[in-house]
Amino acid sequence: MIAALAPRAFAVFERNVRVYRRQWLMIVTGFFEPLFFLLGIGFGVGGVIGTLTYNGVEVPYAAFVAPALLASSAMNGAIFDSTFNVFYKLKYAKVYDAILTTPVSIGDLAVGELLWSNLRGVIYSVAFLAVMLAFGLVASPLALLAPFAVIFIGFAFGAAGFAITTHMRSWKDFDFIFIVLTPLFLFSATFYPVEIYPGVLRYVVELSPLTRGTHLIRSLVFGDLNLLMLADIGFLALIGFLGYRHAVSRLGKLLLK
Amino acid sequence: MNLSTSNATALIRARGLTKTFGERTAVDAINFDVRDGEFFGFLGPNGAGKTTTMRMIAGVSPRTAGALSILGSDPDTDGPRIRGQIGVVHQQETLDQELTVRENLLVFGRFFGLAHKEIAERADQLLELFQLSDRAKDQVEPLSGGMKRRLSIARSLINAPRVLMLDEPTTGLDPQARHLLWDALQRLKRAGTTIVLTTHYMDEAEQLCDRLVVMDQAKIVAEGSPRQLIEQHASREVLELRFPDGTSGISKAALEGIGDRYERLAERVIVGCENGEEAHARALAHGLTPESWLVRRSSLEDVFLRLTGRSLDE
Repeated sequence: MIAALAPRAFAVFERNVRVYRRQWLMIVTGFFEPLFFLLGIGFGVGGVIGTLTYNGVEVPYAAFVAPALLASSAMNGAIFDSTFNVFYKLKYAKVYDAILTTPVSIGDLAVGELLWSNLRGVIYSVAFLAVMLAFGLVASPLALLAPFAVIFIGFAFGAAGFAITTHMRSWKDFDFIFIVLTPLFLFSATFYPVEIYPGVLRYVVELSPLTRGTHLIRSLVFGDLNLLMLADIGFLALIGFLGYRHAVSRLGKLLLK
Repeated sequence: MNLSTSNATALIRARGLTKTFGERTAVDAINFDVRDGEFFGFLGPNGAGKTTTMRMIAGVSPRTAGALSILGSDPDTDGPRIRGQIGVVHQQETLDQELTVRENLLVFGRFFGLAHKEIAERADQLLELFQLSDRAKDQVEPLSGGMKRRLSIARSLINAPRVLMLDEPTTGLDPQARHLLWDALQRLKRAGTTIVLTTHYMDEAEQLCDRLVVMDQAKIVAEGSPRQLIEQHASREVLELRFPDGTSGISKAALEGIGDRYERLAERVIVGCENGEEAHARALAHGLTPESWLVRRSSLEDVFLRLTGRSLDE
């Protein structure tokens, strides 16, 4: 469908598929991180904690943590591709300079790259969902919608990562990505309910895109449809849209001088 | 020049084409026409504005002022359509290191919206044509400089472009690789492709170009066929006198009258004349004592020297 609607963006996506057909191991490694967190924190720490109250219901701790890990795996998949890999192609390999001599526009280029980084997030989420099913951590059949919902997470983080990468001068600047990602992962209602934050801090955390993504996925996995999910989707889509717009404008300045 | 007839055949037409970067003017109101099927060159030293002009033609650099028409369209408004019909080879290597030789062609064809089957057939033909078939499955990196350059050109032809643009195509290649590339370009021209190249090699411009413009400091300082340029701007023969200790000590009076004109370089005096042997005799009569001397036919290099007062290597 995308191939017909946006053939040039799809051609950029195809290029990445071709590259990663040989580098599939790099994709597989990204799957293990959330799995280790599930085993270590979800089941390990969860064994000490036991259950936790979520929406007024007692749920096993691992079942509470798992949807958040699914959301963060989609975030990681999207952001690693749209930062490290984009930077390599932009600054070192001059892949984009070559592509822009063809009918592909900067918009096509950005859409193609985001399609790919998003696919990576979706692949991780599907794999992780299978793990959750195997461990009996899925409460509702609505969980099967999670791989579609993560597209919004992938879009938000992929586009934001892409936008930030256009400002990077060297590999050293990438330390900044980790400084942002680690607290985002730890504090975005991943390992405990957002309600435990006192006062205004809670509202700050509520505005973390990963908090929104986690809320979206957790609601689906527990079969708890609510209106706040629309806000989750809207917020993630807005970040994605702004990131995309900024990335396109910066790429124009960098490549079409 | 009869504008109405050249209109019909000009594939690329620039009038007052200008590009500025902040305060710096990279291309200053230049005019030129590239005709269908010709081999057209931009000759000039580094920084003359050749690459910037090429980028504007290729539709990857918006012009600051002037008019530019490529295949009848304006790159500002019709970029994708124009880029679909031209092939571009950058001076700097832009091959995709994460793909194999053949994949570089396959992936590139998709950017032009071509069908997989068509691309595959064309890719194999191009690999054959550029003698890369036996490296089709290899990664790009271990290829030699000449092979990479040939692959870059093969890739730029995947869309069967009407115009092929080459920015300094033989810079950094050894003589054998250069000649291989020249042969390949001549074959392409015979097959009907219009070719535009930039070079700072005189022999390359002389060998390949039907017509060329000489650029210096953002302006076009001369245009014509290599033969015309030599006839107009240089004398028949050139006498070169070599002074390893420098030419600054030689008086103006001693140099004047040896030939039609002279240029004083750091360690050489270049004398344009009708007859080099006779000029040499006059030089000795003027009391000059060059360590060595030679007489040769005038070349584009002399044209350039005459037009800009500088050697291209400087």
